[in-house]
Amino acid sequence: MHLLLHPLAKPLALVLLCAPGATLLWGAAAGQLGANPAEALIRSLGDWALRLLCLTLAVTPLRLWTGWHALARFRRMLGVASFFYAVLHFLAYAWLDMGLYLDDILRDIGKRPFILVGFAALLGLLPLAATSFNRAIRALGAARWQRLHRLVYVIAPLALLHFYWMRAGKNDFAEVYVYATIVAVLLMARLARARRAGPAATRRA
Amino acid sequence: MHLRKFRHYEHPVASEITPQAVYESRRDWLRWMATGAAGAALAAWANGEALAQAVPSRPGKLPPLDAVRSAVPGAVTMEKPTAYQDVTTYNNFYEFGTDKSDPARLAGALKTRPWTVAVEGEVRKPKVYDIEELLKLAPMEERIYRLRCVEGWSMVIPWVGYSLAELIRRVEPTGNAKYVEFHTLADKAQMPGVRSSVLLWPYVEGLRLDEAMHPLTLLAFGLYGEVLPNQNGAPVRLVVPWKYGFKSAKSIVRVRFVEKQPTTAWSAAAPHEYGFYSNVNPKVDHPRWSQATERRIGEDGLFQRKRPTQMFNGYEAQVAHLYAGMDLKKFY
Repeated sequence: MHLLLHPLAKPLALVLLCAPGATLLWGAAAGQLGANPAEALIRSLGDWALRLLCLTLAVTPLRLWTGWHALARFRRMLGVASFFYAVLHFLAYAWLDMGLYLDDILRDIGKRPFILVGFAALLGLLPLAATSFNRAIRALGAARWQRLHRLVYVIAPLALLHFYWMRAGKNDFAEVYVYATIVAVLLMARLARARRAGPAATRRA
Repeated sequence: MHLRKFRHYEHPVASEITPQAVYESRRDWLRWMATGAAGAALAAWANGEALAQAVPSRPGKLPPLDAVRSAVPGAVTMEKPTAYQDVTTYNNFYEFGTDKSDPARLAGALKTRPWTVAVEGEVRKPKVYDIEELLKLAPMEERIYRLRCVEGWSMVIPWVGYSLAELIRRVEPTGNAKYVEFHTLADKAQMPGVRSSVLLWPYVEGLRLDEAMHPLTLLAFGLYGEVLPNQNGAPVRLVVPWKYGFKSAKSIVRVRFVEKQPTTAWSAAAPHEYGFYSNVNPKVDHPRWSQATERRIGEDGLFQRKRPTQMFNGYEAQVAHLYAGMDLKKFY
């Protein structure tokens, strides 16, 4: 509890959130990402986007279960970090897989449902990241801002579907099921709470 | 909007294009060289020289497997072999796990002696071959093949082995034999991946009999002048260079001659994505990604454009006749 309120807690969290990306970029530059560094980079960045999305969704249930209300201070940072890794994931795909040919990228997005779904998840994150400033919250009003940010309940399943379809090619779903379970538990915790609180509270949950 | 201007070609200026007449005369000159004794000697010298530079001998620590350079047309590409380290640490061998680093990490426990391969089904002389007997069945050849994975990457691998046809001729297929099935080992005790339900075990792959008889279809026992590392399919595997990598069954324990087209492991798991033929074909996309280009492992840098994939992985001259008249979009 005290640790979460320490003045250095937020800077430390920022460093921790940057660490995987820095490690990956360092590994790529040093040639330490194995035989297929492009594949390793694209996939790891996607993994981190999904992990941080799960962590963002975990903040509110964890706060209520543990009573560590200071966790809320980190939610926005986690959400923005997830967006940041999702953008890097997309950039890595667009650059390393598609050679930055816009025609090819657009054709690929249009032609392949698994890319389309991933791209939709990224686009969904865009308005959330764009309104992650205090001034944006004031301009929108807290209620509208919160409604907008419930988009994440759609984005997380889209990201999971993207991951599922990617793994379907190799019939390898073990990891997908782990993330799906986490997301399902976190979303269901919200549903359960909303139901307990009654319909009036649902709009605010 | 274009982030880069040209998609497929860098257009040279007109003055840099070799005139057709000059180009044609080079072919004449080569033809003349090829027919002359001097030309033959020179060609042999050039090939030997290229090979000596191309394949470092025994980069690993496994027992040697000596071989002569293959004389089968198309069997020795002059492209630079992929580093031994990459060939032996970046593997799809689901019996040991689905991550590409799993096989190198976990295949050490595989016991490759004693090992037998049962050859059975529609043959006049079915037989259970001991691995030592298979090793001596025909002279070992070194062949440097391109390998194209269905996932969109490729390698160049110096294999050691002999044409599968050598084995097939000895067991004398009957008139009913239209296809050949390859069953690979599925031992839960040695292969942790077999406990997962990713695929139906044992892994089964298959070829049409004429594909299996093609001289390029290799029964491989080694790579880089050594016996096969376990993660690459020891002690004996198949290599079919004009098909996607997964068609080449590893650690084979049974070869079965049958009348009907076999249900293969990948076409059973995802029939829309992996057909029975699975010939490398840049014009037939995988449902979730293009097959038009590929990344050569260890050679194509991070930001380098992926290279175009060749029809039949570049073995069109040798194998296209096998599929004459077939719609390869339908029989993918």
